[in-house]
This record gives sequence, structure tokens and C-alpha cells, in this order.
Amino acid sequence: MLLRHTSKEVKVREGLTINPAKTCQPIGAMYAALGIHGCLPHSHGSQGCCSYHRSTLTRHYKEPVMAATSSFTEGASVFGGQANLLAAIDTIFAVYDPDIIAVHSTCLSETIGDDLQQITKKASDDGKIPEGKYVIYASTPSFVGSHVTGYANMVAGMANQFAESTGEKKSQYNMIAGWMEPSDMREIKRLAKVMGINIVLFPDTSDVLDAPQTGKHVFYPKGGTTVAELKSSGDSLASLALGSISAEPAAIALEKKCKVPFETLDIPIGLSATDRFIMAISKVAGVAVPDEITAERGRLVDVMADMEQYLHGKRVALFGDPDQLLPLTEFLLDLSMKPVHIVSGTPGQRFEKQMRALLEERSPETNFKSGLHADMFLLHQWMKNEPVDLLIGNTYGKYMARDEDIPFIRFGFPILDRIGHSYFPNIGYSGSLRMLEKILNVLMDRQDRDALEEKFELVM
Amino acid sequence: MEQIGILEGRERQVLEKNSGVAQADIACDTSSLSGSVSQRACVFCGSRVVLYPVADAIHLVHGPIGCAAYTWDIRGAVSSGPELHRLSFSTDLQEMDVIYGGEKKLYHSLIELIEQYKPKAAFIYSTCIVGLIGDDIDAVCKKVAKETGIPVLPVHSEGFKGTKKDGYKAACLALMKLIGTGSTDGISKYSINILGEFNLAGEAWIIRQYYEKMGIEVVSTLTGDGRIDAVRRAHGASLNVVQCSGSMTWLAKEMEEKYGIPYIRVSYFGIEDMSKSLYDVALHFPDRPEIMEAAKQIVSEEVKTLYPSLQKFKKALQGKKAAIYVGGAFKTFSLIKALRSIGMSVVLAGSQTGNKDDYARLKEMCDEGTVIVDDSNPVELSKFILEKEADLLIGGVKERPIAFKLGVAFCDHNHERKIPLAGFIGMYNFALEVYQSVMSPVWQFAPRKGGSL
Repeated sequence: MLLRHTSKEVKVREGLTINPAKTCQPIGAMYAALGIHGCLPHSHGSQGCCSYHRSTLTRHYKEPVMAATSSFTEGASVFGGQANLLAAIDTIFAVYDPDIIAVHSTCLSETIGDDLQQITKKASDDGKIPEGKYVIYASTPSFVGSHVTGYANMVAGMANQFAESTGEKKSQYNMIAGWMEPSDMREIKRLAKVMGINIVLFPDTSDVLDAPQTGKHVFYPKGGTTVAELKSSGDSLASLALGSISAEPAAIALEKKCKVPFETLDIPIGLSATDRFIMAISKVAGVAVPDEITAERGRLVDVMADMEQYLHGKRVALFGDPDQLLPLTEFLLDLSMKPVHIVSGTPGQRFEKQMRALLEERSPETNFKSGLHADMFLLHQWMKNEPVDLLIGNTYGKYMARDEDIPFIRFGFPILDRIGHSYFPNIGYSGSLRMLEKILNVLMDRQDRDALEEKFELVM
Repeated sequence: MEQIGILEGRERQVLEKNSGVAQADIACDTSSLSGSVSQRACVFCGSRVVLYPVADAIHLVHGPIGCAAYTWDIRGAVSSGPELHRLSFSTDLQEMDVIYGGEKKLYHSLIELIEQYKPKAAFIYSTCIVGLIGDDIDAVCKKVAKETGIPVLPVHSEGFKGTKKDGYKAACLALMKLIGTGSTDGISKYSINILGEFNLAGEAWIIRQYYEKMGIEVVSTLTGDGRIDAVRRAHGASLNVVQCSGSMTWLAKEMEEKYGIPYIRVSYFGIEDMSKSLYDVALHFPDRPEIMEAAKQIVSEEVKTLYPSLQKFKKALQGKKAAIYVGGAFKTFSLIKALRSIGMSVVLAGSQTGNKDDYARLKEMCDEGTVIVDDSNPVELSKFILEKEADLLIGGVKERPIAFKLGVAFCDHNHERKIPLAGFIGMYNFALEVYQSVMSPVWQFAPRKGGSL
């Protein structure tokens, strides 16, 4: 009983966060930057930040994760980190030779007032950035938002700092990936291909964080959105932003800078969100939905019907990040399951409003909290008061699942104790079918485990 | 890879042993170069890993959420009782706190925490930002200690104020405040503290058992399976036995100065060092020869069963080459010996935190041509592993996937070890783990070993 101390009684807390359901901005920026080809993320702060982010991403992906650090010292924090960053830019181009350095700030460099825009401009003015190379940046103070905010800021930075409009439109669409796995990004590209449209997907961590064993340690794996693609995003016909929190800021930046119109969609998790995604492509590009996609959808609906009796009314607690929780909650409702508790450490009015709207219409009695003090301790307290049949969330959920002895599905970030998320998508119709399979497996395994001998069924 | 050389400015931190020529000392104890892909962490990380295993205290991280989130239960430091250390507590500082100060929030958090969990003590870690906004965490700790009646100890671990080693020291400072506050009644003259053993995978239990079998009382383990009450009476022990020299030598020296407790440095890895660590403790108590007798007995019994069981591994591993890149240098020494005892040689040896003396000794121990590195990075590691044709890398979390991408076996000798590697049984486990990884059939499918289509 690792969480034996969790009390049932929920009290208002003034300071404390216990077992957070979020982490800080910079790791999101680092993850996003890994989705640009030939890019070395750079953490402008103490070397601990960089080390922690690399370790966490390494544990999540079981892949080498390269990133550099400004290695702040006491001196830097008194006199400012400009000298460190300029020296770092020199070192990185000289030794690691990336095409791009993507700098993100930290709580330390933000608080001492380092201005990344000014410093990177100085680096450029001083000739520290070789011809054809780039330094981009995003401001990601750890004391604002969460890892999701950091991701959004870096992706918006890509749009802002790379997109160009030549005045001549290209026959392509921008697909701006909200925080999702390399497998999901690969699936987005597949779906676009089947739909018959050209897309620029950014960021794109497929073939970066799911790289094959080759006998070489490649510093810059073959995947990632290229600079040419990012530049051309300004000439795209339209943008689809997948995720209102993690992707939309980049779409807004593109609209402002290059007048590329956009539509914001949920990450296509589950039937309804995937329907909207496919229809949005169909509409914006004027293409018909091919039979192949219709069949994929049909297979998902078929399984939903086949297994409906095992899903109805099952009570679920879930925690994670806004752009995933929203469509996942909708999917659970579509499966006639019951989301009972929902928690996200990521703050934000937009998400708060969207989730409340969904719940008000379809599940008004659901407990929901986001932002400060919306942590796993609170979720666990809720679960003690109103028990559930299933928990969905990142690896840290395993403590609660064990203590409450309930089935658990790993979903979100980070997943430190299982594989699969890098390789098998959770989005689109087939990804949703996989999600459904996972839900059914854990619920039915539990039913088998707990069944009385005379009720232990062969055919289910 | 081929075109990437050693980082400019790092030449002095890398050395290939060549007895034929005079070689300068390796440069160490430096901060990582700005812009390097360093494998190192920060001051906070150092403090956090040292104090983490104290299981009946709360560990509150005062700062934005990240520092608490990334250090939440990532170290398998096992407890035989309370498990408060496995929870994550943070003041989750927000922008307004950064502007107006976080003291109030810290105070409330502490009061809430202590009320909820009734811990024996509280450690408050200050992070980068706290150092900048100037929260007086000492004052808050004092106030809360007075109100709650438990020790509330500030740990000054602002990330940028030095290296991981400075974090060890900050942690030791907090421990020093506890040591000496408990009663030493009834502590045997034949007693020790085990320092620098963190009970990863239950290792401290194994070591403790050996010493107890020798008739020695273990007053406290710092900090593996740690308890506040035991720490408070640590000054009653007759000898400090220090492993993981990087983190705890400072504390041992302080205790020597303040309480007159001598210390010895030991290592529990490998047959040779493990045996020596029992003999060295026995030597400290010459007036009771039974202790040495018991130590000899333990060693002889353990070796009698262990030695034959290692032969099968040795046969398979004979002539294989290893690369070692771990946190502390002392561990590297033991690993070199342990690897030799299973027939393997070492072609690369390095650490994140070694000092000048450590590297001098390392050089002495290593074979000709061995590459010695301080504060290395993935580029160098990959380069040397391939050049030296290593079959195995021993390292931590960030090194593992690099080894696997290269098609090289791996053993985690850091936080993520799953089985005890210390003690005699630990040597068996180590040999088994190395054997399983090096001999795994997977490498034959890897392109480097000709396994491509």
C-alpha cells in the first residue's frame, strides 16, 4: 500500500501539490524540437534540467535523446546567461553540427531576464550562425503552464520562425501535431496519404524516437520535419491544428504571419474525433472519403457493437493532458462507459470550458478538475470516495491501480514501464480500435480473474 | 559519427593510457562546457539522490513542478517500512510566487504535509528559482519546526550553485544537523554506520547482514532504508564505513572532526572489494578477534559457493571487452576488478564526478590503451565503444539506449538496477546480468555483427 496515506476526506490545500499530474514546460519544448530534422534541442538553464528531461524522454522512448545545455553557473545567474548561450551556440555548431538549434528557456534563465530573441539575434549579428543553419527559440518558464504549454510554445516558435510566404500557394496542407507519440504522427501521415492530400506535418518525431537498430548511434536520425517543409508551411492552403492547447498556437502564428487559414480539431482519438478529422480533411481539400477509410471506420464500429455488453456503464477515472483527455472522454462516452473522475495538472480556461461543455451535455455528474492542485492525490481521494472499474493515465497511475486493485491502462506521458506507445498509434479508426482492445482486455481479464468457477466463461 | 571528434575544450578530460610517455593529469572537477551534451545533472539532483532513501521523512521540493516531477520514485531505494520517500511533494511555484516570493506557500505546504503524513522530519529542497527570488527558507523551516516539533531541514540545493557534488554536500549538511540529536544509550562499542549505501534493490540489507553476522552493531545506514531516529544517534557508532565516496566522504570527515569517529572507505562490489570491506571493519576492532574470525568465515563460505558458480560465466565471457561510464569513480575501481574476475577486460573507464586522485588511481589500475574520460558525452562514448570494440557498456539511464543502438550489451549500475549488485550474492547477480546481456541472441541480428538482411 504505497499510497496508504491517502485520506478519503478531501481538504482544500493552500500550497501543496502531491503526486503531480503534469510536469514543467521545458521538457515539452525539448520533445517538440526533436520533431525537426537535424535539430539539437538546447536547454538554457542549469545542467540538471537538461539531464532530467533527457532521462525522462529516454525512459519513455527507450531511445537516445540528444540535447545540449547552457550549464549555468552561479556567475551566469548573476550576470545573465547571454555569454553561456553564445558560447553554447559556438560549441554546438562546431562540434555537433546540427542544422538547427532549438533553444528553450527555463525558470532560471527566465527569472534572471534572459531574452532569447535578443540573444539569438546577437548570435546571428555576430556571425555565430553558419550559412544555412538556424537557431530558433521558445520561451518556456517552468512556473507557467505545464509540459503541454512548453510543447505548444516550441511548435508555435517553429511556425513563427520558419514559415515564409512566397506569394505562391502550394497544393499542400499543414497538419500541426498536438502532443502525440511518433506512432500517432506516422498514422497521421498514412491517413493523409490515403485521403490523397499532401501535408506538411510538424513536428514529426516518427523515425526520430522510434528509430531502428542499425548498429550506429546516429546523432540526428532520419525523421523529423525538414527546414524546407517548415518554410513552405507559409504557402500551404490551410492548416489543421490537432489539439486546441498544444497545436492551435502554431496555427494562429501561421495565420498571422502568412495568412494561412486554419481549423482547430481534437486529436483524432476515438470514433467521433476521427470522424471530425476525416470530414475536415474532406471538406478543406475537397476530396471524397475513400473506401479504405470507410472500411476502417466500419471495423471500429463493428467491434464497438460486438462488445457493447462488456462496456456499458463501466466507471473510469482518467488523468493526463487536455488535448488527449477531451477526445478520450468523448470516446468513452461513445462506448457507453462512464467517465467518473477526470484530472489534469495543466491549467487553462480553454480546456476547462471545453471539458465542462462536453460533460454538461453528456455526463454532468463527472468530477473534473484541472490546474493547480489537480494532482493524483486528489484523483486518488476521489477514487476512494467513488470507486471506479478502470484507471487510464500515465505510468504513475500504477500506484493507485495497485492500491485500489483496479485494471489500469497506460496512456499519456510519461510511460516508463511498458513499450508500445512508440510503435502502435492510439489515433484514427485503427488506433481507436487498439485503444478499445486494450480497454476490453483489461476489463475482461479482470472479469475472468474474479469470476466464480461456475461463472467462468469460455465464450465471451 | 566518424567525422565527430572530441569536443573542443574537452581534450584534457580524455586520456588514453600510455605508459611509454609522460601524460598530464586528467582535468576534472569542472563544470560542463556550455553547449555540451553532458550526461551530468545538477546540485539539486545530488542532494535529492542522497537524502531520497530516508523513508520516514517528507521530501518537499520548493520550486516549479518539474524538479519534483522528474525525481518522483525514479530510484529503487527500498524501505522495509514507511515509504514516504516514494511520494512527490512540490510547492509548484507559479508566476505570482516568483514575483511575490514563495515563503507563504512553502509554510502552508509544510504545515499541510506534516499534518497529513505525520513524518519524523522534513527535508526542504531549494531549487534554482528559490535561490534567485531569495526566499528565506531557513526562517520558514525554523518556524515550522517550532510549531510542529519535528526537525525541518533546509537543503540548499539550488541547481546552478555548483555541480552534483555540491548537492551531496548540501545533503550531508542537513544530515549533520540531525546527527547528534538522538540518544546513544546502549550502543555497542563494536558498532558502525554504513555511509553511502542507498539500499538500491535491497543492497543495504545484504551488507548489514554480513556485519551483524560478524557481531557488529549497525547504528544507522546513511541513507539506505533510512530512518530519522537512526540518523539522530549515528554519532554513537565507533566507525564510519563509507561507500560511494563521492557523496559521503565529506560527512565522514565532519563526523570525525565533531565526534571523533574515524572512517574507512570501502566498496561492496566484487569479491575482492567486498571481502576487504569486511576485513577492514574487523581490523578496526582488534580487541575482539572473534570479529575477524567471523569475517573470514563469511568470506570463505560465500566464496566457496560463489566461485564455482562464476566459472560458467567466466568461460563464456573470457576475452570480452567492457566500457564503464558511471557516476562515481570509486565504483569504477570495483567494476574493473569485478569484470576481471569474470574474464573481461576494460577498454574505457570514466566517471561523472571523479577527482584528481581518483583518476590517477584509475590510470594505474587500467590496462595499456584504456581510454579514461571525465564528464563524457554520447558522441565520445559511442566513438570509443566502437573504436575499442567493446562488448558491454556499464552505465546509467541515458547510456543504455546508446549501447543498444550500437549493438552492445548493457548493465545498469545506477539507479535502475533491478537486482542487488552489492555483496557476494551481488557479484553473482552482476555476472549473471552481464552474461545474459553479452550472450543475448539479439546481437546476432544486429547489423554490426553481420545480422542484416
